Amino acid sequence: MSRTINLTLKVWRQNKANPGGFETYEARSISKDMSFLEMLDVVNEELIVAGKEPIAFDHDCREGICGMCGSVVNGRAHGHMEKTTLCQLHMRHFSDGDTVSIEPWRARAFPVIKDLVVDRSTLDEIIRAGGYVSVNTGGAPDANAMPIPTEMAEKAFNAAACIGCGACVAACPNASAMLFVGAKISHLSILPQGRPEAAKRAWAMVTKMDKLGFGNCSNETECEAECPKGISILEIARMNREFFKAAFF
Amino acid sequence: MTLDAKIPAGDLAGKWDRYRFDCKLVNPANKKKFTIIVVGTGLAGASAAASLGELGYNVKSFCIQDSPRRAHSIAAQGGINAAKNYANDGDSIFRLFYDTIKGGDFRSREANVYRLAQISNNIIDHCVAQGIPFARDYGGGLAYRSFGGAQVSRTFYAKGQTGQQLLLGAYGALMRQVAKGSVTLYPRREMLDLVLVDGKARGIVVRNLVTGELESHAGHAVILATGGYGNTYFLSTNAMGSNVTATWRAYKKGAFFANPCFTQIHPTCIPVHGEHQSKLTLMSESLRNDGRVWVPKQPGDKRNPADIPESERDYYLERKYPSFGNLVPRDVASRNAKEECDRGKGVGQTGLAVYLDLADAIKSRGKAEIESKYGNLFEMYEKITGENPYEAPMKIYPAVHYTMGGLWVDYNLMTTIPGLFAAGEANFSDHGANRLGASALMQGLCDGYFVIPYTIGGYLASSSLGEASANGPEFSDAMAAISDNIKHLLAINGKQSAISFHRRLGKILWDHCGIARRDDDMKKGLCLIQNLRAEFGNDVRVPGDEADFNQALENAGRVADFLEFAELLVTDALSRRESCGCHLNVDFQTPEHEALRDDENFSHVAAWEYSGRDKEPVLHKEPLVFENVALTRRSYK
Repeated sequence: MSRTINLTLKVWRQNKANPGGFETYEARSISKDMSFLEMLDVVNEELIVAGKEPIAFDHDCREGICGMCGSVVNGRAHGHMEKTTLCQLHMRHFSDGDTVSIEPWRARAFPVIKDLVVDRSTLDEIIRAGGYVSVNTGGAPDANAMPIPTEMAEKAFNAAACIGCGACVAACPNASAMLFVGAKISHLSILPQGRPEAAKRAWAMVTKMDKLGFGNCSNETECEAECPKGISILEIARMNREFFKAAFF
Repeated sequence: MTLDAKIPAGDLAGKWDRYRFDCKLVNPANKKKFTIIVVGTGLAGASAAASLGELGYNVKSFCIQDSPRRAHSIAAQGGINAAKNYANDGDSIFRLFYDTIKGGDFRSREANVYRLAQISNNIIDHCVAQGIPFARDYGGGLAYRSFGGAQVSRTFYAKGQTGQQLLLGAYGALMRQVAKGSVTLYPRREMLDLVLVDGKARGIVVRNLVTGELESHAGHAVILATGGYGNTYFLSTNAMGSNVTATWRAYKKGAFFANPCFTQIHPTCIPVHGEHQSKLTLMSESLRNDGRVWVPKQPGDKRNPADIPESERDYYLERKYPSFGNLVPRDVASRNAKEECDRGKGVGQTGLAVYLDLADAIKSRGKAEIESKYGNLFEMYEKITGENPYEAPMKIYPAVHYTMGGLWVDYNLMTTIPGLFAAGEANFSDHGANRLGASALMQGLCDGYFVIPYTIGGYLASSSLGEASANGPEFSDAMAAISDNIKHLLAINGKQSAISFHRRLGKILWDHCGIARRDDDMKKGLCLIQNLRAEFGNDVRVPGDEADFNQALENAGRVADFLEFAELLVTDALSRRESCGCHLNVDFQTPEHEALRDDENFSHVAAWEYSGRDKEPVLHKEPLVFENVALTRRSYK
């Protein structure tokens, strides 16, 4: 079995002068052990040596935790593998001769900066609205002063595992950020430390999300399917509960 | 110039208390008049910016990523140490202090390390109050585990994503200050120079990575929390964007660089797969708690691991270090893995790997328990290698992971430039010649939440500083020099990409100044680096424009700095005529191949001063004084 494959890439190119379109590239002799981004590195190196502009894409840790990378590959956010960021998608999951389309996240709240790079600062804006516990440095009680059942800690962790990549928004037909927002609201409302501000937080974050141009949830569950951290839409249900409580009680 | 570490007098345990009492305070009403520039938003940078914002300072926070939450602290897996002694197993502040000093092979400062151990407890308290979802035991208390090189259980964790959870906590605290208006965020900005006015750090010049514009930012003090320089080796566990540029340019403006040769090679990484590999992935060494490291006894044994019977396996760490076994410190574990592979006992396609086997733990404690502890690590391993670690042992090999060296700082975490502070991995202060597991998160948060907020106040209250303004000639000169530099890079128009130079630089360093260092190799390495740098200057090709989002240009600038910095790294390694911690010069070792320190002549911090382009840097020595611990030879037998 050959350890390398050849691919045809259809890549979205866009910059200040060019409103955007697909361009075709050949990716030759790609080792199956490479990650998707290493495959793009190879294509980019050829472009650079030829004096052409490489394909711009965001990436950093390349181990699936920083949340910086992400593109829509063959119509799927982060590609077709379950619970995988683009940097963790390996070329062994592609076949020789495949044609692969690569596009940026598409959402009104994520304007394209260049090629595959989008501006996701709206996600920061949402956290800024209340995605934290209001505690200043210094003066915290002993870490073990408040016992927290292990199941509760696990539940909070599962929500807190969100990496803020924006795949949920890209996957949603409404470009909703509810999985992202739900994950943070759940994480903090499950834990006793986050309870005092739970209502205020839910109200502030949800209304901010709406203002920033993210769509609403219509239960397509695409977000859950594409989330690289496997965050459940249960978190959206929890968010809705916290939001209703904030509105009515 | 004599290096004054400004260590407070008096007994070790009382130093930090006395310091805080003696430290001048800034009047609360005046704090908002001070602008503090914080570069980097990892654990140290985000926690410093948030805490300074809480105190009322006017903070400007910069990062190269699109959001502060992306900083590479996010990738730390294993955990964070604290001397809580919740396990009732004999831990104490003094023991954490001692373990850290000893783990660093007696090449760090007693006073700094003791303060770190004292503050470790406050960090855990604060992080729990922030809502960090740490692992819990069934009684609801925090769960803890023993971690690389420690015989007590003092490491707190959130699955294998402790760094992520702690960073998101600090990021939340930072965003809260952004909402309050005390912190202004500047994402996608790269610091390209430090600006001094009257000999003091008064601002920075950054490039806006989206538009390509250069911007000047003035302040009353500058904090660099820009991480380590592990990517000088090209292949490391660092993120792709991690770089030395900010600290290197500060060095060129007069900040001394300390112990650059102290580079930690982490023993448990996923082995290299091929020449186009862009980075290496760490497998948390918490796996060593339950995993057993082994190679076949017979060199060249290429059998499937399952077909190699117990009697033909060499669990070499357990054999050589019976009391610590698989939990020996990182440098010892890395060196032994290399030695076994050099003997031809390495496994896998390349022969550059050893087994890390959890089969016994799965057998005795069940798959469910192992999965709950390491599930996400196993998943990650399977994603990268395509092999299932529940069925076959993992293959691991050492890789560059962390750099103990960094900008020289005194007890205040201030560099040799007044008003320039360095925090977290960017400074050299606490880990000596080797960092213990779960201590990086502790140090980053210690510096940012609890040390800098005090020491910077002391500096501001006792210095006379004029208003912060970016209109002076110092700023316009720096901007002009950077602009020239960028134009020059774009104009070389050669034939090779910056990344190809970076890859070659990494290979030179790994081969000539890696796990086991030889004088001849290092000297040859120096020549190779100089040649490569000259070639880069003539033949690099950087496409695209200056006034645009241009990742090729960003990368070329960073590679140019790595090429310069690498020379200092090797120079430092050559000048340290001993072995200590991570730095093993094969001419200085015990008959059992352990690092042989020379305390009489090398019990010092080597701090390097820039003396101009193509001139030899000047070495300054800060003697290390040990009043509270006896210098012993580390033994993990």
